[in-house]
Amino acid sequence: MSISKKLVDDMVNNGISFVTTVPCKQLGGVIEEVDKHPDIYHIPSNKEDEGMGLCAGAFMGGKRSAIIMQNTALGVTVNTLATLIQYYRMPLPMLISYRGELGEPVACQVEMAVHTKAILAQLNIPTYHFHDAADSEEFDKILKYTFMCNKPVAILTDASFWKGY
Amino acid sequence: MIRSEVIKSLLPVLSGHFVVCNIGLPSQELHMMGDQPTNFYMLGTMGLSSSIGLGVALAQKQKVISIDGDGSVLTNFGTLPTIANNVADNFVLFIVDNGSYGSTGDQPTYAGKKTSLAAVAKACGCENVVECQAKDAAKTLQAALDSNKMTVIVCKCESGNIKVPVITMDPVTIRDRFMGELKARNA
Repeated sequence: MSISKKLVDDMVNNGISFVTTVPCKQLGGVIEEVDKHPDIYHIPSNKEDEGMGLCAGAFMGGKRSAIIMQNTALGVTVNTLATLIQYYRMPLPMLISYRGELGEPVACQVEMAVHTKAILAQLNIPTYHFHDAADSEEFDKILKYTFMCNKPVAILTDASFWKGY
Repeated sequence: MIRSEVIKSLLPVLSGHFVVCNIGLPSQELHMMGDQPTNFYMLGTMGLSSSIGLGVALAQKQKVISIDGDGSVLTNFGTLPTIANNVADNFVLFIVDNGSYGSTGDQPTYAGKKTSLAAVAKACGCENVVECQAKDAAKTLQAALDSNKMTVIVCKCESGNIKVPVITMDPVTIRDRFMGELKARNA
């Protein structure tokens, strides 16, 4: 089974049925799996904070939701994470491509990579970093943890995890 | 008519419905004049009323009204194509368009100048877009709810504010009672 399929299966097995995505080349396989899964309503968003609003709404409407996004956009979501997701205590798994790490061909991606963990730490967001393929074994537990504690939780997935670009 | 008068005129139509209300004065006015457990007040996060409302509408069957503002829609313009392409016939986006950022001191918005939000919504693919004047707000919203079609309403009104107290209710309480009502209604 591909890692992309395993991640999406874990989401569905944890009751996630509403997923918003903002594209990233690295996450293309996961987004494809999300799109074709019959138990997931896939709603692409135009910006990550918009996506978090959709997820917040779906959660209040009774559906477990998740966002798939790139780390470069983390900065534009800080207000939404603090004043919506965290303030109202909502669970939100954030599956994030960690661009700008080892193997990165685009220099500019490094500029947000160096801030990624610092921003997440500043927001007290529990953060997991998938570097080896085996790290994805924890994904199921991370999702259970997210819905247990009603917090946004970040899962950073780097180029080594995805075996390059 | 100014926004608070528009919201006051909407109260009989909003009664019993699930409402997601925009940050700042709109939520404070709705809270002061017509608080009900089915209201979700945004205490932060400018721009996301339409996104939250659409998310609620897509996730379940009850009708949902997002009360938004022209400034907030401009902040989150990407919401209009998302709404257009994810049709939820239990969703009404009601944009109070007073051509100004009311909560921050009535600075003018582009919607009060050359930009037509109704034209933008149509260009984004929204199929039912109605522009109305403030005096027709209530009957326009009622008609949209009765149509069972996803509708975007742009309600033109005058700029101006009244004095209202801030909302001191805890955010988790706001969220919890909204979700509780929704769960009960869908049971």
